[in-house]
Amino acid sequence: MKHLLETKNINKYFHDPTTVHVLTDVSITIDKGEFVSIIGRSGSGKSTLLYILSTMDTDFEGELYLDGESMRNRSNEELARVRNEKIGFVFQFHYLLPEFTVLKNVMLPGLKLKRYSDKEVEEIAMNKLRELGIEKLAHRNAAMISGGEKQRVAIARALINDPLIIMCDEPTGNLDKRNSEIVFEIFQRLVYERGQSILVVTHDADFASRTDRIIEMEDGKIIGDRELKER
Amino acid sequence: MSIRLIIDIAKTLLMARLGQTLVAAIGVTFGITMFISLVSFMTGLNELLDGLILNRTPHIRLYNEIEPSEVQPIEYTEKHKDAIHYIHSIKPKNTGREIYNSLAIIDALKKDKNISGIAPKVTTQVFYQSGIIDINGTIFGIDVAAEQQLFFFNDYMIEGDPRDLENIENSIVLGKGVAEKMLVDIGDRIQVTSTEGKVMSLKVVGYFQLGVAEVDDVQSYTSLETAQKIMGKPKSYITDIQIKLLDMEKAAGLARQYKSMFGTDAIDIKTANTQFETGSSIRNIITYSVSITLLIVAGFGIYNILNMMIYEKMDSIAIMKATGFSGSDVKKIFLSLSMIIGVSGGLAGLICGFIGSVIIDQIPFETSSLPTVKTFPVNYNPVYYLIGILFSLSTTYISGFFPARKASKVDPVVIIRGK
Repeated sequence: MKHLLETKNINKYFHDPTTVHVLTDVSITIDKGEFVSIIGRSGSGKSTLLYILSTMDTDFEGELYLDGESMRNRSNEELARVRNEKIGFVFQFHYLLPEFTVLKNVMLPGLKLKRYSDKEVEEIAMNKLRELGIEKLAHRNAAMISGGEKQRVAIARALINDPLIIMCDEPTGNLDKRNSEIVFEIFQRLVYERGQSILVVTHDADFASRTDRIIEMEDGKIIGDRELKER
Repeated sequence: MSIRLIIDIAKTLLMARLGQTLVAAIGVTFGITMFISLVSFMTGLNELLDGLILNRTPHIRLYNEIEPSEVQPIEYTEKHKDAIHYIHSIKPKNTGREIYNSLAIIDALKKDKNISGIAPKVTTQVFYQSGIIDINGTIFGIDVAAEQQLFFFNDYMIEGDPRDLENIENSIVLGKGVAEKMLVDIGDRIQVTSTEGKVMSLKVVGYFQLGVAEVDDVQSYTSLETAQKIMGKPKSYITDIQIKLLDMEKAAGLARQYKSMFGTDAIDIKTANTQFETGSSIRNIITYSVSITLLIVAGFGIYNILNMMIYEKMDSIAIMKATGFSGSDVKKIFLSLSMIIGVSGGLAGLICGFIGSVIIDQIPFETSSLPTVKTFPVNYNPVYYLIGILFSLSTTYISGFFPARKASKVDPVVIIRGK
């Protein structure tokens, strides 16, 4: 069966200032509809792995397959298109474009993809915002909303092109308890109601324990991979 | 990625930093404004100064120099062919200053494709009689229409109409200095005596002023016929043929050609005014170097502001790249950012430059050498506006190119993990 995401023996070194072996023979597979978390202490290489999986970091050894296609030896242009079409991102620090409105922030990846007309992209973006309960913020400036709201806008942006997988780097790391809860509930709903695959890198053990599968990392190696719920 | 989306993003980024954008655009506007006003003014002035010489000087002048025969009689004899001739006290030949066969030469010149105009002229020495005093002078007999077409005679007339020279028989246009010395007004009659002693009464129909005292104090104009009458010569008597060419650069070569073809002397404008070209080209160099300096300074302004903007927008660049914008998209966005500044600043510069030239054009500028010029000369040549906009586009492109390339190379991982 074709895996959604598959790595084979990924090795990664940092060369500055001295050569450090940050990832050692990482091989994982993630299938469609999975809600996976990668946990580990800081410096365990979990974020490094996420950026390799996201195709943004191409400086590694080993194989990476997304949707059955190898991501090695692709031009930056092609990788940008893969990210645009197949991957949605949610970061710890929200990262909205502060010059644009909330709606425009959500729309931009869709406008770039050009799968739909501008009008349709706007409609889809409004639907996503409505789904996440923040449609009233649509025309506010992205710099003028609260942290919890920003993170929800970021999730809406990640969803705009119906990606194969959403990748999150500490999505609740910068949020209070209540907003963390809201974000988690959104993720849960996306997984169970729509079969969305989500990969979360976190050091929040509580958050991880509520996902379906935990991959644990230490010193650049995978030391545990357990299913928590039967699907 | 569609241009529309790129421009849309670039515009939003610019609007978010309206102050900075304006400063950058004003830098370009200022550079182009100065370029347009300066070049228009400087070339206007250049044309005026060049015109002082060019408008009054034929590109080629055919005339007869008073000189000894090149071949002396002794050389015609076979007997002394191999001998060395010593001849003493050679005197110039009495050929006079007339160009022989002048009508045929003019006909031949009229068929020449290099020539834009021909004006025949009769030059003669006279005495203006004022009471008991004789004033030394020169009279140019001219073909008024040709003189007007080639040398803008009208520009130097401070009073009267040059066409009266042909309409009124025995009329004369006096140099301003001559008229002042003789205390005559338009409508008065004056007496002139030719070198042969013939006296003629001429009616004053106007004054002219070249602004060169030694010319204005001695020179006057009459029609060709009047001058021929003063000298007692027939209608074919002409002393100079003045030629204007379509291409001034050919003057030297053609002068040599006409000299051998027509058997007259010929002098071209560059030989007659060697200092002219040097001054003119140096003024052009100064104009262009000042303008280009201004634009380069404006270019550095844009470069700085864009560079700063890119450091500010690192996060935005990273997030755009993470969500699927490629390096070349980012580069295009920042380039169009720069080009928007260039186009808007440049267009504003053209308008301000035009306004600047119009203002300069209003500043009074009185010069005795050009009685018709009342304000500073300005050259509204559209070519300068084209150069201006092209230069503003190319400077902003170049100054936007390097920051844009830097932006395209931003590694999103470094930015996102760096937090």
